[in-house]
Amino acid sequence: MTSVFLLAFLVVIAVAIVRMRDLLAVSMLLGIYGLLSASFFVTMDAVDVAFTEASVGAGISTLLMLAAITLTGRSEHPTRHKPVLALFVVLITGCLLIYGTLDMPYFGSADAPIHLHVAPHYINNSMQEIGIPNIVTSVLASYRGFDTFGEVVVIFTAGMGVLALLSVVRRAENITKIDSINDSMHAEYLILRIVVKALIPFILLYALYVQFHGDFGPGGGFQAGVIFAAAIILYAMLFGMSTARRVINQSVIQFFAAIGVLLYGSVGVVALINGKSFLDYSALSADPVAGQHLGILLVELGVGLTVASVMVIIFFNFEGRRDVLQSQENNHKGDN
Amino acid sequence: MMDIIMNISSAVFLLIGSFLCVSGGVGILRFPDLFTRMHAAGVTDTLASAMILTGLMLQNPDGLVILKLIIILLMTLFISPTASHALARAAMINGLKPMLDKPADHEGGMSSKT
Repeated sequence: MTSVFLLAFLVVIAVAIVRMRDLLAVSMLLGIYGLLSASFFVTMDAVDVAFTEASVGAGISTLLMLAAITLTGRSEHPTRHKPVLALFVVLITGCLLIYGTLDMPYFGSADAPIHLHVAPHYINNSMQEIGIPNIVTSVLASYRGFDTFGEVVVIFTAGMGVLALLSVVRRAENITKIDSINDSMHAEYLILRIVVKALIPFILLYALYVQFHGDFGPGGGFQAGVIFAAAIILYAMLFGMSTARRVINQSVIQFFAAIGVLLYGSVGVVALINGKSFLDYSALSADPVAGQHLGILLVELGVGLTVASVMVIIFFNFEGRRDVLQSQENNHKGDN
Repeated sequence: MMDIIMNISSAVFLLIGSFLCVSGGVGILRFPDLFTRMHAAGVTDTLASAMILTGLMLQNPDGLVILKLIIILLMTLFISPTASHALARAAMINGLKPMLDKPADHEGGMSSKT
C-alpha cells in the first residue's frame, strides 16, 4: 500500500519535472524525487541502496545541479520546434522495453534465475567466505568487486571530464584581499557560519563512521565520500571560494581522486600477483577471511577517496568557471 | 502499568506531532506570503518532528535507539531553524517584503510582489 502511494508520488513529480520551465524548481523536485525513491527502497528493505539514493540523489546531485544553474541561468529555453521525431523514438523505445519485460520472470517470483542460482550462494556462503555481517557490502565489494571498480572508474572519468572542460588557470590570490572579503561577509552570514562551523566536524565524523562501518551496517565508500564532500562544499559555500581554495588544495584533491582508483586497482593486481584471480582478496593474507576483510577495507577506502575528491573537483570547477564568467561580465560593462 | 503509561504518553506525543504536521501542511498551502508560509513549515520542521521523535523514544525504551533519536532531534533542532533563517534572509535581501496589514486592500494578497 505504501509503495503504491510512493510510486504515485514519483509519477506525479516526474510529470511536474517535465512540465516545469523553472530549472531551480526542477532541481528541487529532482531532490524530492530522490528522497521519495530512497523511502521506496526502504519499504523494499534495501537500506544500503536507500542510503546511497538519499545521499547521492537527494543530496549532492541537487547541490551540483544548483551549482550548474548558477552558470547556465534559471529558466529553460522554449523549444523552437515540435519534438515529434524525439517523441516517436521515445515511444518506440518504451514499447520495446515493455515488450522485453514480458519475457522476464515476475517481480519477486521465487523461481527467477537470480533466486535459484547466485542469490542463495551469496546468502548461504557469504559468512564463511567473506566473514562480514553486511551481505550487501560483501556482494558489492568482493563478489562483484569488478563491477564496483567499473563504477569508480566512471566517477573518476566524470571528474576528469569536468576538469578538462571547465578548469581555469588562476593566479594565486592575495591573502590580505581574501581576508578583507571574508570579514565583509562575516556579519552577513554570522548565524549560518556559527551553526555550520559547529556542525562540520560532526558531518566529517559521520562520514568516517559510514566509511568504516560499511562492513557491519548500511554504508560504504560511495555514501561516505558523498557526505565528506558535502561537508567541504558546505564550508566552501559559507566561507567563500577563495578561503576554501586555501584550505582545500586543488592539486592535492586531484591527486587523491587518482589515488583512490589506483588503490582499488592495485589491490586487484596484488591478488593477481599472488596467483588468484583479479580482485580475489583472499590472496591478500594467509587466512582467506582476514584477506577478504583487508581487501574490502582498502577497496572501500579507494572508493571513498575517489568519490569525495571527484565531487569536490566538480563543485570547485563549476564555481571557478562562474567567477570567470562574472569577471568577464564586469570587464564588458567597464568597456561600454 | 508502566507499559500502559509509556504507550499512552507516546501516543499523545505522536498525535500532537501528526496534528502539527498536518496543520503545517495546511499552513503552507493557505498562508498569504512567503514568510508566513515559512513559519508554517518551520513549525513542522521543529516542533512536530520533536514531538514525533519524543513519541518514538517512548515507544522503544532501548538505550541505543534513544541515543540515536536524541542525536537526530539535536540535528533537526540545529539545522531547521538555521535553514529557515537562511531562506527568510535570502528572500529579504532579494527584495521580497513581508505582507503587512493593509485594511483597505485585499487585492494584492495572494501574489507577493518582488
